[in-house]
Amino acid sequence: MISSSILKKSQSLIALLLLMIVLSIVTDKFLTAGNLWNVLRQISVNMCLSIGMTLVILTAGIDLSVGAVLGLSGAICAGLLKSGISIPAMDLWIGFTVLGAIVAAITVGTALGLFNGWVITRFSVPPFVATLSMLTVARGLTFLYTQGQPISDLGANFEKIGAAWFLGVPVPVWISALFILVFYVLTTKTSLGRFIYAIGGNEKAAQVSGVPIQKVKWIVYALSGAMAAIGGVLVTSRLNSAQPNAGINYELDAIAAIVIGGTSLSGGQGSVKGTIIGAILIGVLNNGLVLLNVSPFWQQVVKGLVILLAVIVDKMNQKAK
Amino acid sequence: MLEVQNLTMEFPGVKALDGVNLSFEKGKINALLGENGAGKSTLLKILSGVYQGYSGEIRMNGQTVSFPDTIASQAAGIAIIHQELNLFPNLTICENIFLGKEIENKFGLLDKQSMNAICLDLLKQVGVKANPNTRVGDLKVSEQQLIEIAKALHSKASVILMDEPTSALSDQEIDRLHQLIRNWQSQGKTIVYISHKMDELFRITEYYQVLRDGKSIAYGWMKDTTEAQLIAHMVGRNVVIEKKKENYVQKEIAIDVKNLSLRNQDSKISNRLQNIHFKAYKGEILGIFGLMGAGRTELLETLFGLHPEYSDMQIFLHGNVKKIASPADAILNKMAFVTEDRKKDGLVMEQDLTFNISLPNLELFEWLKDEPAKAKAEQYRTDLRIKSSSVEQLCGKLSGGNQQKVILAKWLSTNPEILLLDEPTRGIDIQAKDEIYQLMKQIASKGTCILFASSEIPEILALADRVLVMCNGQIQAELTGDLLNEHNLLKEALPKL
Repeated sequence: MISSSILKKSQSLIALLLLMIVLSIVTDKFLTAGNLWNVLRQISVNMCLSIGMTLVILTAGIDLSVGAVLGLSGAICAGLLKSGISIPAMDLWIGFTVLGAIVAAITVGTALGLFNGWVITRFSVPPFVATLSMLTVARGLTFLYTQGQPISDLGANFEKIGAAWFLGVPVPVWISALFILVFYVLTTKTSLGRFIYAIGGNEKAAQVSGVPIQKVKWIVYALSGAMAAIGGVLVTSRLNSAQPNAGINYELDAIAAIVIGGTSLSGGQGSVKGTIIGAILIGVLNNGLVLLNVSPFWQQVVKGLVILLAVIVDKMNQKAK
Repeated sequence: MLEVQNLTMEFPGVKALDGVNLSFEKGKINALLGENGAGKSTLLKILSGVYQGYSGEIRMNGQTVSFPDTIASQAAGIAIIHQELNLFPNLTICENIFLGKEIENKFGLLDKQSMNAICLDLLKQVGVKANPNTRVGDLKVSEQQLIEIAKALHSKASVILMDEPTSALSDQEIDRLHQLIRNWQSQGKTIVYISHKMDELFRITEYYQVLRDGKSIAYGWMKDTTEAQLIAHMVGRNVVIEKKKENYVQKEIAIDVKNLSLRNQDSKISNRLQNIHFKAYKGEILGIFGLMGAGRTELLETLFGLHPEYSDMQIFLHGNVKKIASPADAILNKMAFVTEDRKKDGLVMEQDLTFNISLPNLELFEWLKDEPAKAKAEQYRTDLRIKSSSVEQLCGKLSGGNQQKVILAKWLSTNPEILLLDEPTRGIDIQAKDEIYQLMKQIASKGTCILFASSEIPEILALADRVLVMCNGQIQAELTGDLLNEHNLLKEALPKL
């Protein structure tokens, strides 16, 4: 009884281990330090997006705007770093340090997330619709800001964030690990985390129990926006360039990681831990398909089927309960 | 002709129907009477095919029938006009009436013209002046009730059961309905009229049958009985619950409510609650009694700050005006609210006891204190005798009575001065009920003021020191002492014309 329930709880972990064993056997390259660090580095962006959005989905919401917010904040980070803000009328030019540009990018991401939260709580717009329109707006703003051109050559210092190693581990992996810790603690050790689960589990009961529903929703959408911005900084730094179409469809990979990790889209059930495994699983799958020389078109088909399979298995387990 | 013989339906811990025998002959208008909880709704749900698993027999025109689902019941010719309207607000009048029996043209497409024509005729018969293409959600409640009647009219059923069909209707509309009922009678249909409104029953029905505690109690001709006799049949029981012993003496005011009103969210005309004033005292159990729709739940919700945008009220606690615009305000002022519907707004079912009990005790930004919270939950689990495997068991896996105890534990853990209870014993077994009664007495004796809303007369009588009787969103009467008895409660709760 107990062993089977543990088995069910960690089914995504088991799937991940199986996948890794298979890949270690069928390819020579998978189980090498270089490749594994590479996988972790590639995962770090999706990791940031998906742990941020996990909070939103736990409240029974969704945030479709993370990819577009990533694009816009990355572009703003690059733009500020490269050319600052100039106001010709005042004959003023404000330059930005690396830290200043990153803070500005995260501020933009947080502000867009807050706007999502405001629209959703104030006007009762369904989260799907509110964040879908934010997706379009943010992507449009990105094209406007970049004039459709990449912003490149952002300096060696900035590039280090995405490319450098620290104590033998790539910096983006450190960054995502830090936020994993923060979000894990937030969801399991604080009242905010408990309120998030309560709202997703039964919003009406949470309301009667005095849970400040609107504030909590503002916070989770703001955090999701902030994490998207951090993802934007990582992507921009890694490429040493902000692409106007950076982050397109990233929201889908984030949702996939969350769902594979066992978080229910109807809210109230799931965990940051699960999302981490989901994100790693998608990263390993991507890597494995590349190593096996599967064509990029087939890669998409396989990935889609894996997501579907994960959800079907989850549903069947729920029924078995 | 519809007969029910030896019908028994058991739920865990409760016999909702206990060997009921009823016979509704065609051609005469039958009244079915009974208090809340007498078994009427269970009977209706069996007849409409919602509940299975009963024992006994149902016969229509001498033939034994059974209804595995609602479609089978409709096909057999039973139409039920429910008290809680069963219409789809997002569909039009016409779509609602023809749902599942749409008329198609020769191409297999919907024949809207014929349906609209039939619909218009039905609307004329029930007296609703509206376009068949109006969305039902845009209609007034009284019109919606008439649409339900139009649906029954269209179904050509041979047995028509009406559960409080006039609760939202005006006098004129009631007259029209009664005319329709007489037409049905002359067409030889079997008619069952369920209502609490005595004057209506005497006006339209001819033969009565009374249910009480799941048993058939009495029957006879309406012309041979009186209102007092019928009420006596409905309530006349030996109260099983132990009476409250000592007479309560009012000491210190716990809450003073003035000018409370609650606007209707969709119409500006009628108020759901109005003109409500009352005081409640420390250590007092103040009963709030009323029939369905009287406004008990709304009153408690409003007091707890759940309808800030639609309500007006002045609340005095410890002599000071307090603004209660949200449950958080209410909790801050030491109020607690055990809601009526455990699943809907009571518990987060897929979380455990500790989670649910801790919920109202948390501020937005603080660290969870796992061990003290668990210890607290453990203590309530022992004190309230909550039957669960541990405090980590999910609330969804508990029985109704134990879920109710978890909700009580959750609110007791906030040390409330004013405890609002809305039907705290609905749908739970007798033993759990009794434990909750004992607990209420114990809480009150420690000085907490309990506002106890219930539709069950025996528990109100056994526990309340004083009772506010509500009807149509107003407080109709305040009963204490010798005046606080079954007869007066029911008399004051019935709508006056």
